[in-house]
Amino acid sequence: MAEQPMPLWEVFIRSRNGLAHQHCGSVHAADAEMALHAARDVYTRRGEGLSIWVVPSAAIIASDPADKEVLFEPTASKIYRHPTFYTVPEEVGHM
Amino acid sequence: MYTQALNLHEAMEADDPVRRARFQARVDADEKIEPNDWMPAGYRRTLVRQISQHAHSEVVGMLPEGNWITRAPTLRRKAALLAKVQDEGGHGLYLYAAAETLGVTREELVDQLLAGAAKYSSIFNYPTLTWADIGMIGWLVDGAAIMNQIPLCRCSFGPYARAMIRICKEESFHQRQGYEIVLTLARGTPEQKAMAQDALNRWWWPALMMFGPSDKDSIHSAETMAWKIKRFSNDDLRQKFIDATVPQGRFLGLTFPDPELRFDEGSGHWRHGEIDWEEFKRVVAGNGPCNRERLAARRKAHREGAWVREAALAYAAKRKARRTSGPDVLPVAAE
Repeated sequence: MAEQPMPLWEVFIRSRNGLAHQHCGSVHAADAEMALHAARDVYTRRGEGLSIWVVPSAAIIASDPADKEVLFEPTASKIYRHPTFYTVPEEVGHM
Repeated sequence: MYTQALNLHEAMEADDPVRRARFQARVDADEKIEPNDWMPAGYRRTLVRQISQHAHSEVVGMLPEGNWITRAPTLRRKAALLAKVQDEGGHGLYLYAAAETLGVTREELVDQLLAGAAKYSSIFNYPTLTWADIGMIGWLVDGAAIMNQIPLCRCSFGPYARAMIRICKEESFHQRQGYEIVLTLARGTPEQKAMAQDALNRWWWPALMMFGPSDKDSIHSAETMAWKIKRFSNDDLRQKFIDATVPQGRFLGLTFPDPELRFDEGSGHWRHGEIDWEEFKRVVAGNGPCNRERLAARRKAHREGAWVREAALAYAAKRKARRTSGPDVLPVAAE
């Protein structure tokens, strides 16, 4: 009998520096509890984090790379959204 | 998370000169290629082969070192070796995960290894006869691996590059702990120094072979260079390794088993004698000292773990069934 495939989970870790959970890789595990254990063993051997999330990979909805232009290109022309677009006289100092 | 659209790949990758040109332009601009991006079928195939071989090497690499965990000379050495072998297992898993983003399953990759259809680094088919071999593996084998892996951190395929960055960070302790072992032996009793010398004699040439065939015989190079999977040639990396390692060995007061090894003032490089490529071919073809033993150990571990995987899946299925049928249908006590 061929072996049943082991479900895939994505692993997110919040590091001790206060940043949000960040994707760091994936693990295979039969259930959520084992996925957490595996994630701990595989991705936190050197005190990398204070919190782990595991999410079934199939539950992630990703944008299609083919839509990249439609999704992200319009922001490239909106340079007025950045502080450097505006001039402040030097005398005013740092703002 | 990348496996949703896998069946589409074959259709998507029908050779398309426009897409191919766009892909190459992105690679040339040092952009990362991500799993769902269009890529030539050959790029995907090459990466699956390379990343999975790399993963298998990490996993099989646990065997020669695992051989000495119970016989490490001190608790400090034992803890370090245990941590190192765990790291190798972890590195194998990061790499399998990176290969899986290209549309192969973990099960397929493991089956290829167990069936003897997949290759792994030839170095792990040599035996670890004495404790000094553990030092040599850290110093030379991990040293050579790092030389190979640092350029891979800039590989064009995102998941592979990211896995390599993590691996390289962890790997530097491996080389240092190995060198420390060899240094201790080299400064020890005459017997200990002889043991270190014997180990260097046996590991030097196989370590040089880790960089693969000489450039004039290397079949995959041109394309993988253009795709920025590979950034330096086998011979260039080998030379870098020799230049870095020979002074370290001389500091130990050990000699390298190569009578032709000499420093070339003009180029600033250490020149070495001819590598025995027949030996390399023999080991890669499956006839090294430990090929059969290594595969047998992996098969045994996989076979003996089968019931655990089955039980874990059965338990997960049972819990899921209970959750969906509601808590009032099945008594909680049965948990």
